[in-house]
Amino acid sequence: MDSYWTLLTDPNTQWVLFGCLLLGVASGVLGCFALLRRHSLLGDAVAHAALPGICIAFLLTGSKSMLWFMIGAAVVGWLASLCIGWVTRYSRIHEDTALGVVLTVFFGIGIVLLTYIQHSAGGSQSGLDSFLFGKAASMVLDDVLVMAGAAVVLLTICALFFKEFKLLAFDPGFARGIGMPAGLLDALLMLLLVAAVVIGLQAVGVVLMAAMLITPALAARYWTERLDRMIVLAGLFGALSGALGTFVSALVVNMPTGPVIVLSATLLFLFSLFCAPRRGLLAKIIRLAALRNRVARENVLQSLYELMERDARQGGWPEGGYGEEQLLARRPIGERVLRATLQKLGRNGLVQSREQGWLLSEAGLEDAQGLTLNLRLWDLFTMYEARFGAIVVDRDRGDLIAQLPADTRAELHELLRQHDMEPTLSKGGGSR
Amino acid sequence: MAHVLNFPVTLHNVTVAYRQKPVLREIDLQVPAGKLVGIVGPNGAGKSTLMKSILGLVPRASGEVRINGRPYKEQRRQTGYVPQRESVDWEFPTHALDVVLMGRYGHIGWFKRPSAQDKEIAMECLRKVGMADYADRQISQLSGGQQQRVFLARALAQDASIYFLDEPFVGVDAATEKAIMALLTELKEQGKTVLVVHHDLQTVQEYFDWVLLLNVRKIAFGPTAEVFNEENLQKTYGGRLRLGADHDPLLGQRV
Repeated sequence: MDSYWTLLTDPNTQWVLFGCLLLGVASGVLGCFALLRRHSLLGDAVAHAALPGICIAFLLTGSKSMLWFMIGAAVVGWLASLCIGWVTRYSRIHEDTALGVVLTVFFGIGIVLLTYIQHSAGGSQSGLDSFLFGKAASMVLDDVLVMAGAAVVLLTICALFFKEFKLLAFDPGFARGIGMPAGLLDALLMLLLVAAVVIGLQAVGVVLMAAMLITPALAARYWTERLDRMIVLAGLFGALSGALGTFVSALVVNMPTGPVIVLSATLLFLFSLFCAPRRGLLAKIIRLAALRNRVARENVLQSLYELMERDARQGGWPEGGYGEEQLLARRPIGERVLRATLQKLGRNGLVQSREQGWLLSEAGLEDAQGLTLNLRLWDLFTMYEARFGAIVVDRDRGDLIAQLPADTRAELHELLRQHDMEPTLSKGGGSR
Repeated sequence: MAHVLNFPVTLHNVTVAYRQKPVLREIDLQVPAGKLVGIVGPNGAGKSTLMKSILGLVPRASGEVRINGRPYKEQRRQTGYVPQRESVDWEFPTHALDVVLMGRYGHIGWFKRPSAQDKEIAMECLRKVGMADYADRQISQLSGGQQQRVFLARALAQDASIYFLDEPFVGVDAATEKAIMALLTELKEQGKTVLVVHHDLQTVQEYFDWVLLLNVRKIAFGPTAEVFNEENLQKTYGGRLRLGADHDPLLGQRV
């Protein structure tokens, strides 16, 4: 335990941690815009294209300077994004294919250059191959400072252009219509994307960097319906992944930092996918089950009500109640669902078990009466759309009829009488 | 210049082509002020393209567009635009009021956030389209008609004098169609000019006082009562519209 602590207080580890945090925040924030602008894969292409950029920078300067690597990666990444734009615009090739072509060509060139450098004199010590999958441990203070500078610039620009980027992602046509230079803004977004990729290169590497752009943003989308919160969350998720990756690789021997960061982000995404309130899969399953229960309950109450209403008009309902097959004939639902629902309604005192089956209790009658009345009024409301269409009703709420103005409700009640659809069964009216 | 004021939108010899194929050819148009103008024509006639070329969203191969006698770029704040509803992703993480606020962005300027006054204007526009109760609703949870209302509110927030609406009645319920028409008529009565790309020939006479019949070329443009007749429709739709001798299913009793 003590050795773990010394490891974490080690200034070198702290720099690595700081670098990984920066990388997570930057790529998380930028990823949101890229995701919503549908540029996620562009990030992948840019990341792969960074490899030849780094190699060219090394060949030209002969030094292993982080700043030059960043400039090289940014220039060539930028070039790759332009290539994709050109290919899509001036040929019949679609963007996805153009992405695939450009990505592989640039990466191929990168590998050729990398191999050449490693076989040339002094090149084998260059350590350029660590940019493939990242090597966080090789980060030094100077690298982190360059990364921090890039991250600050990137986040500031995002904050300044928040409103413009939002409109560009949501409705680029409208943005151009009101005079925003959509082309320039897209180019700026592209440049920021390149910057975010470059920030992450040393820790995560060119191959996996796209995951850092996509995954935190995607995870954040599950937790909120607002862009500003989504961006903050994505930045947090990115930072958390960076921190987790650093800790795990510092504590466990032979754990590569970059891939562990990516896996942490993936874990966060999976957690969001299942557990997020409202959008998550579990929440959806629970909602669906609740809906099924409610529909089954309403079905059973209504079927019983309709049977009793019918028989009451012809003298009275059978004291022995109605069997399951009669209820199923009215509304076919699963037999097990029917039985479970009847049991539950019985426990709540809404139905009573008799010799041959079931009957509504007094409370149940009242409940079913209200339910039937509401549903029939609603049927009429939709039937006479031309007359009532102008009234705006929130269909996501249950109490549809209560939302209507009083005179409309009176009109509907009148229609109910005209159509002879009035629920006639009241307490005490029946066989006795 | 009185002439300019009377014709807020003028097109001179406008041609638009996609990949060498002309979609609009030599369009000359002088839209009079304070009119509710319907733009009709068959699919692929270039109705939306015409609108986009006026707004500078598609490049013109030739010709000139003037808004209030000046190039569009100088007159942006005078125009409001309602694009086709399907042109955006309604899963975007934002709410109705926020979308309407986007109509204010042209007035707000760079770097600044919308002010309290902008929010008030946006809220007022939502109220006008009957959507005030839905201000905080996530846009994917709105029905098609409600989404269209939000789009219209966004155009209203632009506070313009000329409005362009691209197929506003597609996938919209009857109540929303009525509400939108009432609003457009109100705009017209305020002296504003409203252009609407429309596809339902049955409602043209009821909705619009001027109409443009378009099929790559301008077929006819003028007051609906004068130009919306069998002869011009035949020219616009060609064989696609079969007209009976005394009964026309599309024009109803009029023929």
